[in-house]
Amino acid sequence: MTTSVSILKSSTFRLAAIYLAVFALSVGAILAYVFWNTAHLLERQAEETIRAEVLALADQYGQRGLPGVADLINRRVSEETGTLYLLVDAKEQFVVGNLRNMPSPKPEDETFVDFPITIGKGQKKLFHTARAYHVELTNGFRLLVGRDVEEIHTFRKLITNTLIWALGLSLIFGLGGGYLTSRNFLRRVDAITAASRTIMAGDLSQRMPVAGTSDELDRLAQSLNDMLGQIERLMTGMKEVSSNVAHDLKTPLTRMRARAEAALRSGTEAEQRAALTQTLEESERLLDTFNALLSIARAEAGNAREGLVRADVSEILGEVAELYEPLVEEAGGTLSCEATVPLPVRADRQLLAQSFSNLIDNAMKYGTSGVDEKTTIRISGTREGNHAVIRISDSGPGIADADRERVLERFVRLDDSRSKPGNGLGLSLAASVVKLHGGQFRLDDAGPGLMAVIELPLLEEAS
Amino acid sequence: MMLPRSQQRPTGAETGSPDVPTAETVSAPPPFHGEGAALRVPTDGTNPNTSMRILVIEDDRDAATWLLRGLKESGHVADLASDGEQGYEMASDASYDVLIVDRMLPKRDGLSVIRSIRADGVTTPVLILSALSDVDERVKGLRAGGDDYLAKPYAFSELLARVEGLARRGTSGAQDTRLKACDLELDLLSRIVTRAGKPIPLQPREFKLLEYLMRHAGHIVTRTMLLENVWDYHFDPQTNVIDVHVSRLRAKIDKGFDDPILQTVRGAGYMIRDH
Repeated sequence: MTTSVSILKSSTFRLAAIYLAVFALSVGAILAYVFWNTAHLLERQAEETIRAEVLALADQYGQRGLPGVADLINRRVSEETGTLYLLVDAKEQFVVGNLRNMPSPKPEDETFVDFPITIGKGQKKLFHTARAYHVELTNGFRLLVGRDVEEIHTFRKLITNTLIWALGLSLIFGLGGGYLTSRNFLRRVDAITAASRTIMAGDLSQRMPVAGTSDELDRLAQSLNDMLGQIERLMTGMKEVSSNVAHDLKTPLTRMRARAEAALRSGTEAEQRAALTQTLEESERLLDTFNALLSIARAEAGNAREGLVRADVSEILGEVAELYEPLVEEAGGTLSCEATVPLPVRADRQLLAQSFSNLIDNAMKYGTSGVDEKTTIRISGTREGNHAVIRISDSGPGIADADRERVLERFVRLDDSRSKPGNGLGLSLAASVVKLHGGQFRLDDAGPGLMAVIELPLLEEAS
Repeated sequence: MMLPRSQQRPTGAETGSPDVPTAETVSAPPPFHGEGAALRVPTDGTNPNTSMRILVIEDDRDAATWLLRGLKESGHVADLASDGEQGYEMASDASYDVLIVDRMLPKRDGLSVIRSIRADGVTTPVLILSALSDVDERVKGLRAGGDDYLAKPYAFSELLARVEGLARRGTSGAQDTRLKACDLELDLLSRIVTRAGKPIPLQPREFKLLEYLMRHAGHIVTRTMLLENVWDYHFDPQTNVIDVHVSRLRAKIDKGFDDPILQTVRGAGYMIRDH
């Protein structure tokens, strides 16, 4: 089945397997150490004891001859130390000891030999393993000294079995645990993958499953969901904008088309020329609208934020004011700019200047209340806390409270303004640009008049 | 935006050489109606003796035909290359006065063509045409070696003014400290402007405006060119703010003189007379 294959391939399982291998190695090392220090040590100790005894007896034989060693062996046997003795002559005949026969085949000189012995009598007869040291003495006499090593063997078997079982069990539990953990993890990752596939297929309302355990997977799913929420909001906004754009561009395009058609039908050169001129003007306006939309798109694209560089808002304000002042004066109004303190911010000079110019443009267009009244445009840039606050106000009728949010949307033009040229994008652009700069944009009552207030975060002074 | 070029470019005198490969002969272009009634540019009358050799690297056949026809009607010699490779080959021999390069071209994009010819040591001024109008894109174009950048779609009068401005900058010394047009003189070091020997006090911005106009004396300068080069703004203010600045400048330099030296070219821009 594919699931089990993918579990084996999953990173969790791989991690578990590696961990298990390290664990098994360390268990093996510990058990080997235990084995060496117990069973093996006991065997070695037994052999040492036997060898010492043999040497003592051989020494006795050398000094006191056969009767001496026979006497010593008899004494040792009667002490019932558990040690096995056998002394035979050249014809393999029993001389002394507590064993009856030499083990066959005949053991080599000065070697250890393992052989079976019987313990107890009648019903309680037991077969044990003994280990003995065999030496050849002079005159064909041979001596065998050994011990019952059954207990040591049993212990050794026990240790070995424990080792195998411990290793086996840890492998089984480790593999099983790894499999179960990975399966659980994989199941949740699969659920997230499935959800993201559905979303990619176009269902933006879908969300990642959250298990409610607030572990790292849950946190990941949660932040993905937050991101999806943001994307969905943006997409909805974009759909609205697209339909607005389509609607607002359709009207002038329809006009252009109708005019061209009428000109083709009429045929007089003067009329055709007039129609062409109007078409050209209309297309200029359409291009302006497109450019404004592109500027907004650029301001709203997050990557424009990387293009922000250190700039002085006061300087930008001063330049824009200087650009517009003659025009305002020509129209009979006044424009004053008070921005003397340096206001360092991270800014896109072009976009910021374009926003200010849009706001001044608006103030010129809508900042008059009556026919003969003149506009008074006031621009100021001040430092308030850690913000640069820019105010651009006019002396016109202002905008009613209820409409102040709405006019920031694209293409929204209030009824009173429809008679004047414009595309309803100036304030939208200003708002987007301020947002790009991490600032706040709002429209206030200048009492009387409209006041656009922009707050931009000041750069910390490096000094 | 306008980067001074240190090396001298071949002047207009060489332009007649017949051995320049012509990639495409523009056959029977559609009727060219100029810019409509309002934009009849008196291009022929402005400076008839400065015919230029212009190479247009543009793949859109309609746009290219329209452009070539317009340039020819304005008294210039124009060749067309319809892809990047061909454009590079034709531009390499430095026999043109101005190159007009579209950014998105088949085989090789416009910026790479410009980079290559600059690497080859060709200093012919380049005007980049592009639908990408962002300031960042403009900067990319100028970094690649372009001298001016015009966003599509454009008015022909705008393009012509910029092309002629580029060619002029190529021939005149960029390091002049005194600019002169008729009896109007502008000293860049002392920052004094005189008309017929009489000093005219100017604001710093007015001085900059006049300097730019005088550097292009005899050529049309559009409002967008002024906004870009005098104010360094690359957006289009909804109201025409430049006109008032120019008329204020005109009031200062032409007041009391019978022959106005700062002229308005209807539908195109402004021009300082140089004769």
